[in-house]
Amino acid sequence: MSRDRTVDVLVVGAGPAGLALAARLARAGAGHVEVLEREQDAGGVPRHCHHGGFGGPVHPWLTGPAYALRAVRAATAAGAKLRTGVSATGWAGPLTLETTSSAGLERITARAVVLATGARERPRSARLVPGSRPAGVLTTGELQQSVHLYGQHIGRRAVVVGAEPVARHAVRTLRRAGAEVVAVVTERARAAAVPGVPLLTATTVAELRGRGRLSGVAVRHEDGRCGVLACDTVVFTGDWIPDHELARRGGIALDPGTRGPCVDASFRTSVPGVFAVGNALHGVERAATAAAEGDAAAAAVLARLSGAPWPEPGPPLLVRAPLLWVAPNRLTDVGGRPLLLRSGEPLTAPVLTAAQDGLLLWRRRFPVRMSPSRSLRLPPGWTDRVDPSGGPVVLGIG
Amino acid sequence: MTTTTGGAVTTGGALPGGEYDVTVVGAGVVGTAIARELARLPLRIALVDASDDVGDGTSKANTAILHTGFDAVPGSLESRLVREGHRLLSAYAAESGIPVEPLGALLVAWDEEQLAALPGLAEKAVRNGYRAARIIAAEEVRAREPELGPGVLGALDVPGESLVCPWTTTLAYATQAVRAGVDLHLNCRVRKVVSGETHTLATTRGPLRTRHLVNAAGLYADEIDRLLGHADFAVTPRRGQLIVFDELARTLVRHILLPVPGALGKGVLVSPTVYGNVMLGPTAEDLDDKTDTGSTAEGLALLREKGRRILPALLEEEVTAVYAGLRAATGDDDYAIRAHPAQRYVTVGGIRSTGLTASMAIAAHVVELLADGGLPVTGAREPAPVRMPNLGEAFLRPYRDAELIAKDPEYGRIVCHCERVTRGEIRDALASTVPPGSPDGLRRRTRARAGRCQGFHCGAAVRALFEEARG
Ligand SMILES: Cc1cc2nc3c(=O)[nH]c(=O)nc-3n(C[C@H](O)[C@H](O)[C@H](O)COP(=O)(O)OP(=O)(O)OC[C@H]3O[C@@H](n4cnc5c(N)ncnc54)[C@H](O)[C@@H]3O)c2cc1C
Ligand SMILES: Cc1cc2nc3c(=O)[nH]c(=O)nc-3n(C[C@H](O)[C@H](O)[C@H](O)COP(=O)(O)OP(=O)(O)OC[C@H]3O[C@@H](n4cnc5c(N)ncnc54)[C@H](O)[C@@H]3O)c2cc1C
Repeated sequence: MSRDRTVDVLVVGAGPAGLALAARLARAGAGHVEVLEREQDAGGVPRHCHHGGFGGPVHPWLTGPAYALRAVRAATAAGAKLRTGVSATGWAGPLTLETTSSAGLERITARAVVLATGARERPRSARLVPGSRPAGVLTTGELQQSVHLYGQHIGRRAVVVGAEPVARHAVRTLRRAGAEVVAVVTERARAAAVPGVPLLTATTVAELRGRGRLSGVAVRHEDGRCGVLACDTVVFTGDWIPDHELARRGGIALDPGTRGPCVDASFRTSVPGVFAVGNALHGVERAATAAAEGDAAAAAVLARLSGAPWPEPGPPLLVRAPLLWVAPNRLTDVGGRPLLLRSGEPLTAPVLTAAQDGLLLWRRRFPVRMSPSRSLRLPPGWTDRVDPSGGPVVLGIG
Repeated sequence: MTTTTGGAVTTGGALPGGEYDVTVVGAGVVGTAIARELARLPLRIALVDASDDVGDGTSKANTAILHTGFDAVPGSLESRLVREGHRLLSAYAAESGIPVEPLGALLVAWDEEQLAALPGLAEKAVRNGYRAARIIAAEEVRAREPELGPGVLGALDVPGESLVCPWTTTLAYATQAVRAGVDLHLNCRVRKVVSGETHTLATTRGPLRTRHLVNAAGLYADEIDRLLGHADFAVTPRRGQLIVFDELARTLVRHILLPVPGALGKGVLVSPTVYGNVMLGPTAEDLDDKTDTGSTAEGLALLREKGRRILPALLEEEVTAVYAGLRAATGDDDYAIRAHPAQRYVTVGGIRSTGLTASMAIAAHVVELLADGGLPVTGAREPAPVRMPNLGEAFLRPYRDAELIAKDPEYGRIVCHCERVTRGEIRDALASTVPPGSPDGLRRRTRARAGRCQGFHCGAAVRALFEEARG
């Protein structure tokens, strides 16, 4: 038998996004705001990021754990109820979640549900890297937890795969754990090197080798050159995917680009009463971005609580290659918030276009270099030209 | 060394002295089934394996289907043992908590040639004693499997084919055998055999003496055979690579989708698993390295190409795991089960692609052969039943069991979030009769770390629990 309860707002995930939103809502007097966190400790990914670089302009360069602690304290002080060791496992109704914890099973119904479930790195298997299945194959998330939360032994010689900023964190964590980093390998043609570590660009991981323990990584350069890097550890970094299981099980429409829930500029999903914020929407951004999304969703959640209607979903916002995704990706209301746009390839001074039903809505040159590991912030001004009853709006390079 | 009221489970140090009545070499699904069958007898029995765990060879990496045997070679030993094994394992699974899902299979015909082969297959099924297969038209196939790719011409409906959990099956046999008194010696590779009045096995953990010997060494059965002077078959490892898709893909497929066998073997299937995900594979590649369980870029590309035709939407889903298993092919179309009564020796070779299904029937058959070699088989008693932890998604798992959590809150503490494995289950597995020898062994007992994140979230925590239990 499971217990049935009702709350005003149920937030799933106590990472920066969920905590920021809960704090804001509780402060605004939203009633019973409850945050569920499946880990034993709240704080999300920053709990195991033992490096600086967290926070906004007011509190720059906090370490991850300090940042997490601050976010947890702010939410609790505001009056949000944080429950750790509680997993949301599925839906029992459109606004009712099933949960498991050591206290038993519950069905919690809320007037508004917010998914703030974060993202993870695709592991070796999801990247279809062939070879044997030895021990010593990790993602950055597992590496950081092993070293910083559990003090576990990591191997002696490591290869890091990937060129996003997180690869640098992986290198640092490996070094902290006493491992030598043999190389950073990336398929990209260009990437920022980490001092003291050979960088192999335009190189794919062709095969993992070793029985029992990893013994080496076979690599292949774009020009056909092959080699084997002897190592006992390999860390696959980046290549993010939102933790979208609950969203999918709840029948919430996903965006093909982000693989996270489709949301409008107010973080409303396709299911009335359900919102989504943070990395659950688009994969990894900086913690401050995730927290800002949580913060920004508060107004719409409050409106929902006071009975505002759920708007009809407007036209979807799609991207054309080499663009990868854009978030938000529904144009219900014209928010004041920027859109995040990712490209799969580096672009110099790109000209971006937006078109609807064959009609060019907007065109602008951005005098920047767009890197595949960082989102471009698109000002939202042009979205007022979108016909709310028209077809999909397509963003492309003009 | 863990001693239970039954037999001992040892993983290091010297082996016990004295003489065993029977020793089974190889603790795969076949060897453990034989040990369990022998455990009914009042005898001193040993089960030895080179690995640090049971079921660590071919038995851990297959397509996990409980076959009806409808497509076996009629009249073969395999045909009989698969048919019997299907019946025996179905009953045993119900009793011991091994998850089985009777989904049924559809052999889908994608071209005229395959369509033309269906009547022959239906008739072959009857010759194999299986009468429930029938041919269905394209419209019915499509109604029952709406996500199938275009071009389906018809199918053979085989309602008796089921999903089974290979990990729990092997573990149930081993657990029951050990509890009934069988000694299980792991990390114990047999290197030489000196035979006389008794057999003396030279192992990596010292000598072991036994009166009767069963060779269930899987891929290495031919090599053990040679140690005893036999060379009537050679094992060629035939690799099968598989891709496992996310549990979110489970709604795409309702049956086991078998290919119509052609000249090039059984072909690639799409099948749900009892764990709730969807599997695509296997390939069939003859190798000469019996340890090469690696996947290859070509193999994965081939699977994706075949999968795209069968179930296009599947390819859009995230991949959870990739693995490969090696079938013990012999070039012959039947099992190579050979009795050598004068030597008090039985070889269980060539158990290629149906060994999981046939395991219990093979075991019964092998004990009969041992009896022919003089093994006393009187005084049999049924071993105490086992109840295995449920790994099947279609059955009540601890994280959803309110009563269980009320009794023991550790079943409410989820450690592996993707697979919803609780601390209580991990604790139980680590303290079980046949405890895991590695985190991978723990995965096969609980599903911990088997999910989509492959350890991003829980890897460190699971390893910590494993290492803590090891001391
Ligand atoms: C290795 C790494 C290094 C990073 N370094 C930096 C950096 O230096 N600077 C920076 O600004 N950002 C950094 N980031 C990014 C930053 O951590 C994220 O932007 C931020 O954590 C996102 O917040 P979130 O709330 O969206 O998700 P998360 O922090 O991932 O939190 C999601 C939470 O939801 C919980 N959850 C998920 N599903 C359920 C469920 N079903 N039931 C209950 N709970 C659930 C999870 O356990 C988790 O705690 C880094 C990220 C990683 C992975
Ligand atoms: C890709 C694939 C798909 C399959 N699909 C199915 C299916 O759907 N249904 C089905 O019923 N069957 C299936 N099978 C077949 C099934 O998996 C095998 O028939 C079965 O696992 C064989 O079990 P075994 O005990 O004979 O071998 P193994 O599991 O390989 O066990 C042999 C054991 O012997 C040990 N050993 C070897 N040499 C020594 C030595 N010298 N000393 C000590 N120990 C030794 C090994 O360590 C190993 O543990 C499939 C097989 C493959 C490869």
